[in-house]
Amino acid sequence: MFHEVGGGGGGGGGGGGGGGVTDLTVRQGANQSAEEGASWLYTFIIGVVGLFVDLPPTMTSSIDESSKEKMRSVSVDLNHDASLLIDIPDALCERDKVKFTVHTKTTLSSFQKPEFSVPRQHEDFIWLHDTLVETEDYAGLIIPPAPPKPDFESPREKMHKLGEGEATMTKDEYTKMKQELEAEYLAVFKKTVQVHEVFLQRLSSHPTLSKDRNFQIFLEYDQDLSVRRKNAKEMFGGFFKNMVKSADEVLISGIKEVDDFFEQEKTFLLDYYSKIKDSTAKAEKMTRAHKNIADDYIHVSATLNSLSADDSTANKKHLEKLADLFEKLRKVEGRVASDQELKLTELLRYYMRDIQAAKDLLYRRARALADYENSNKALDKARLKSKDIPQAEEHQQHCLQKFDKLSESGKKELTSFKGRRVVAFRKNLIEMAELEIKHAKNNVTLLQGCIDQLKNN
Amino acid sequence: LLTDKSGPASLPAEDISANSNGPKQDSLFDDDPEDLFAEATEEVSLDSPEREVLLSDGPSPAITPITPPTSVITPKTCSDPFLLTLYSCFLKIEEEEGGDSFDMHISVSDPEKVGDGMNAYMAYKVTTKTSMSLFKTDEFSVKRRFSDFLGLHSKLASKYLHIGYIVPPAPEKSIVGMTKVKVGKEDQSSNEFVEKRRSALERYLMRTVKHPILLKDPDVLQFLESSELPRAVSTQALSSAGLLRMVNKAADAVNKMTIKMNESDAWFEEKQQHFENLDVQLRKLHASVESLVCHRKELSVNTAQFAKSAAMLGNSEDHTALSRALSQLAEVEEKIDQLHQDQANADFYLFSELLGDYVRLITAVKGVFDHRMKTWQKWQDSQLLLQKKREAEAKLQFTNKPDKLQQAKDEIKELEGKVQQGERDFEQISKTIRKEVSRFEKERVKDFKMIIIKYLESLVQTQQQLIKYWDAFLPEAKAIS
Repeated sequence: MFHEVGGGGGGGGGGGGGGGVTDLTVRQGANQSAEEGASWLYTFIIGVVGLFVDLPPTMTSSIDESSKEKMRSVSVDLNHDASLLIDIPDALCERDKVKFTVHTKTTLSSFQKPEFSVPRQHEDFIWLHDTLVETEDYAGLIIPPAPPKPDFESPREKMHKLGEGEATMTKDEYTKMKQELEAEYLAVFKKTVQVHEVFLQRLSSHPTLSKDRNFQIFLEYDQDLSVRRKNAKEMFGGFFKNMVKSADEVLISGIKEVDDFFEQEKTFLLDYYSKIKDSTAKAEKMTRAHKNIADDYIHVSATLNSLSADDSTANKKHLEKLADLFEKLRKVEGRVASDQELKLTELLRYYMRDIQAAKDLLYRRARALADYENSNKALDKARLKSKDIPQAEEHQQHCLQKFDKLSESGKKELTSFKGRRVVAFRKNLIEMAELEIKHAKNNVTLLQGCIDQLKNN
Repeated sequence: LLTDKSGPASLPAEDISANSNGPKQDSLFDDDPEDLFAEATEEVSLDSPEREVLLSDGPSPAITPITPPTSVITPKTCSDPFLLTLYSCFLKIEEEEGGDSFDMHISVSDPEKVGDGMNAYMAYKVTTKTSMSLFKTDEFSVKRRFSDFLGLHSKLASKYLHIGYIVPPAPEKSIVGMTKVKVGKEDQSSNEFVEKRRSALERYLMRTVKHPILLKDPDVLQFLESSELPRAVSTQALSSAGLLRMVNKAADAVNKMTIKMNESDAWFEEKQQHFENLDVQLRKLHASVESLVCHRKELSVNTAQFAKSAAMLGNSEDHTALSRALSQLAEVEEKIDQLHQDQANADFYLFSELLGDYVRLITAVKGVFDHRMKTWQKWQDSQLLLQKKREAEAKLQFTNKPDKLQQAKDEIKELEGKVQQGERDFEQISKTIRKEVSRFEKERVKDFKMIIIKYLESLVQTQQQLIKYWDAFLPEAKAIS
């Protein structure tokens, strides 16, 4: 199933700009032969209409279900419950804004229709996340981390630089570099779609959160959600809450933990978070270096082609073969980079955020514990003064109940979280290793083929 | 190598030994008698298409395909000393057909610091292994320093460049690099600098001796054989001789611009254009490969950093099996970072340095074309002067000055001799250049092919190692439960 955005400058709101028509028609199909396994190969046919002045172009992409299945690498066991199935089949990228089409299929009577789609922006997802976090009832749950803002800065900057350097390279080189960047752009786009989708699917597969009223509104409300989103005052409130939270972090280290399980979890999560954050950053640097190498191969291939064109001897064929080889090698290198990014960097990044969400749960519980301890102190004081004892007792009971509920739910959540994390790591590490092997074997075949050709000339 | 021993291009390879044109051992090094193009210049008109066939740059079938040594990079040998043998392997060329063979191998090794402070220098051991009768023994070594190499080049250049021989350029000086070594910094970059220089010196010598004329030169023989060598002081970068050289170079450049030569020979025009293009493209390719080396090194560093980070993550992980898998991942990545480092070395020493060498060689080729122009200019100048003298003499006929007339007649005779010599020189340098260019082009094609194959094989090695490492990791990942 594919979706085309054709036509001239219209495309979308941001298309105007400085007289440049930036229209990308993206058609894409996914190759899924059995032996591909967990990897996905996309063939993109990109036709550029008009002057390529600035990015981002108007881009839409439709991704069919089975290929998305493969993309969904960081989380497993989602979206299998037929009572509520959510996906993002379509997305439109205009300038800086991405519009997601959220599609729901459900058998639940709480919804008005069995199947429906709504357009949503990134800010809508953030609103949903924040309302869930602020809901008292969910204090004992790990709220799935909010999807990060779509960030096209990197490929956009590179595209700009490429435009400036156009004069120094051959037409062929320029075209290939541009293709690479367009692919990178597309990859960022796909990643953001995936991350938003996973967020919703985490909610739909959670027994408690899937029933949330705001979640339902998010899925169903067919008007623009911006009216319901945070206004300035609320945003300030949210900001203030974050400030209080960091004060809590200090608080936690002072609280005497009564439960061994939570004590261990706290130590573990705090340490693990900093380590995984570091690993994510380092993995990202590795991927970038691979991409740079792929770019170098483009230049090498292009220059070899020029040399071949000027050559009138038997060497000409050698140079052609070599140019061809480097062109193929760079494609493999590019895939190595993107696979590594998806299976390793994205995995680490996702769980870094998930661990933050788990830490948030611990903070909430610690706050509840503090509240309980304070209520105890208040009760003692009340007993001493013989004043307001019933109130104090009630308050103390309330705090205790809240704390117990949080602890019980928290323990469950953290245990299942660990299980989820281990499964995801296993899956991705296996897939990454398999892909590395596959690409290396591919390289060997390409290289050996060229060597044999050169030797037998 | 040594393409001068075949007949017309259409002869199949097997005919070599039976080919009566093939020169014998010693005459291999003679200049004119076995001149490949003797026929061409005398019997064929300058612009005839037949000539093109004889002078074509296609690979001469006199050379049988040379199979490179089958040694491949293995992980444990992937360190600098290995690369030295790798590169030397490439340079060891053996012709298989019966009869003449260039059997000579020079290695530059054992860099040793001599002296202290700013007067210190690196001494290199130059070992020659050969079976050729030109030498007294079949294996001998001497100690040489960098300025000795420069001195050798300087002498060869002054003797041969201006008559059209492509003298391989010596490796470049590096004040910064050498200062670090002198000052005694025993660090990574100094070691790399010394290795880079050692490798370059070796390639320089091999290219020099592969040239049939240069090999016979007494300076070359003395350089290789004699234990004591007078120091070449005029090669210092900041000496008066050095400054003089720079001034001369500048003057030459200006002169070149003002010479407008009537090129009657399309071959030279075509070749000059060809080398111009080649120069531009090779420089571009060199730049891209240098960038590749840089990025590969970066990848190695980033991988190492990631490995450390993954190890820490593994330590922090409380699920036992996952913790182990993460530690294994860290180990794999550490091995891979070494792999990338080795590949970066191969990128550099095989691919990048090859291109750098040829960029410099092409500058030498262009220089030789320039000398031809100068020779032509000299000839033209003499002709012009002769004409003037003749006109002056004609005028003197009508005056009554017998002394002056006689003097004029003498001068004319002398000038006529000069003009004839000028023409001979020009023809000679043109002939030499044709031969040299043909030899150079054949050498270049072979050089590239051989080294590129070696380079691709290094890439294969890296990929095969990657497969091994990831294959070993896979069960570890699967063991997570």
